[in-house]
Amino acid sequence: MDRIFIDIWVYLAASPLLWLTLTLAVYLAGQWLFRRSGGRAIFNPVALAIALLVLLLLLTGTPYSTYFTGAQFIHFLLGPATVALAVPLYLHWERVRQLALPILAGLLVGSLTAILSAIGIAELLGGSPRTLLSLAPKSVTTPVAMGIAEKIGGLPSLTAVLVILTGVIGAVAAPALLDWLRIRDNAVKGLAIGVAAHGIGTARALQISSLAGAFAGLAIGLNALLTALLVPLIVRLLHLMP
Amino acid sequence: MIGALAVLLAFQLVGEIAIRWSGVPVPGPVIGMLLLFLTLHWRKSLPAPLRTTAETLLSHLSLLFIPAGVGIVRYGALLAEEWLAVTVALVLSTLITVAVTALVMQTVIRWRRGAPHDG
Repeated sequence: MDRIFIDIWVYLAASPLLWLTLTLAVYLAGQWLFRRSGGRAIFNPVALAIALLVLLLLLTGTPYSTYFTGAQFIHFLLGPATVALAVPLYLHWERVRQLALPILAGLLVGSLTAILSAIGIAELLGGSPRTLLSLAPKSVTTPVAMGIAEKIGGLPSLTAVLVILTGVIGAVAAPALLDWLRIRDNAVKGLAIGVAAHGIGTARALQISSLAGAFAGLAIGLNALLTALLVPLIVRLLHLMP
Repeated sequence: MIGALAVLLAFQLVGEIAIRWSGVPVPGPVIGMLLLFLTLHWRKSLPAPLRTTAETLLSHLSLLFIPAGVGIVRYGALLAEEWLAVTVALVLSTLITVAVTALVMQTVIRWRRGAPHDG
């Protein structure tokens, strides 16, 4: 009898089907829990799903590459989903056009704040130069952040992890923080979440409203461009380059 | 729905080609988003299937980040080295950035509303 279970597990553990199904199941469970808890920030579905899947991989000794052969089908959809952000942007274009000046002001100050505060706080707490350089582009979308880290002598693979953590922190904490600051305008909420927490934040902004999602999506693109320009400049000015 | 998916993929493809050709430091899908937006804006219409597909995909955007997020499992040791500096920097910097961005944008909106000749 045990033999059969072992055979089944050997098949499942290496098959894309198991990890693809588990990713969807864990996400749905996270969403269910999030709704049951009345939308409590601490039950963020992405954070829960990542934590649970990491635990499963560690417990079963499954390498990430095996997990990813299944999960890549979901990962691939990030590309078309990013393109799809053009739709809320198109639907809310009139509002974006009216707010062009406030958007640019928020973006410029926000982008600088994201870079300088990350470097500054890590420096104060004794972070190594390599860590500071890997942290600098943490608020932009993963491929751009990795490209910037590589260019300035950070560690792209570390940056990728920091970017994801930043997104999760933003998605969990930003809505409550914005309420506490008495920000009621969904356009402002969306831009702030998008500038600080890229795509994972945008996913959360889309749950607030389609308008917030449109502004967050716009912020991902603009902040990617701006950060790619600003980080190498700041790093040179602060003499951080190794 | 398949037609709409093909449109999204085609724009992503054009975006990927465009960044390789031009060397702009932005991911292909972001250029794809820009090009699709310009196309919709120029046509002044949004086909219903494209709207439905885009909104369905975006309503589950957070799901799509899970596979990359689980990649954290490979970097436990790297994070453990300077976990305190990294954790505090990430949490504080992210919160400060959200607050500063929102307050600056809000202030400029109010300032323009209060200005005598609001454009």
